[in-house]
Amino acid sequence: MLHIGVQTSDFTVQQEYDALCDANTEDGAIVFFVGRVRDLNEGEAVKQLSLEHYPGMTEKALTQVVEQARERWPLHRVRVIHRVGDLLPADQIVFVGVSSPHRQAAFDGAAFIMDYLKTQAPFWKKERSDQGERWLDARDSDRASQERWQSDSESHS
Amino acid sequence: MTDTFKLKFFARLKDELGTAELDVPTQQVTDTDALKTWLCERFPERQAALQRPLLTAVNHDMVNGTTRLKAGDEVALFPPVTGG
Repeated sequence: MLHIGVQTSDFTVQQEYDALCDANTEDGAIVFFVGRVRDLNEGEAVKQLSLEHYPGMTEKALTQVVEQARERWPLHRVRVIHRVGDLLPADQIVFVGVSSPHRQAAFDGAAFIMDYLKTQAPFWKKERSDQGERWLDARDSDRASQERWQSDSESHS
Repeated sequence: MTDTFKLKFFARLKDELGTAELDVPTQQVTDTDALKTWLCERFPERQAALQRPLLTAVNHDMVNGTTRLKAGDEVALFPPVTGG
């Protein structure tokens, strides 16, 4: 079961957790991650964060990321929600939740989906602070986080 | 009628070029390398924006290296992504 949501509206963690659990007796592990807007980024006080995406490609890219995760771990239910539009500090941005029979697959699967989402899904953040507006640059650390899964798979194969 | 493909821009690149999409004639642009050259000629004052690292998607899939383009394709150019 897979749910992908790209939306301006907020999400409720309890509802997402329930959707991972309801009538699900095979999975002993649920792992979820919530990403939120920070009020301080690279030393600047953030007033607003605007998220742009590529309608049509975004959903496809997220689905492909989840499919790649499922090739590696038994993830039965997966829910990915990413908000777009204008957000404020402390707002929720992203939810990734997975269910699996065992915890290590759930931890790794959720982390993999988050790491790949950050480098593969077409979202862009623009930040507004007292210094004005600026598009955020991609971070090398995000690229490194994704690549660690590639070296993992090589060392295990 | 001239055959074209749709070219879309996103985020900072869209702001810098001042346009969200263009129709590109396939007679002049047959692959992603030629597309870069064509854009540099079309936006000579925006070389800096076009020289920055950019990702390319063809029909909603990211592509690497030289990729052939044909009429009716949807091509997109954008900066490295920053979601999550």
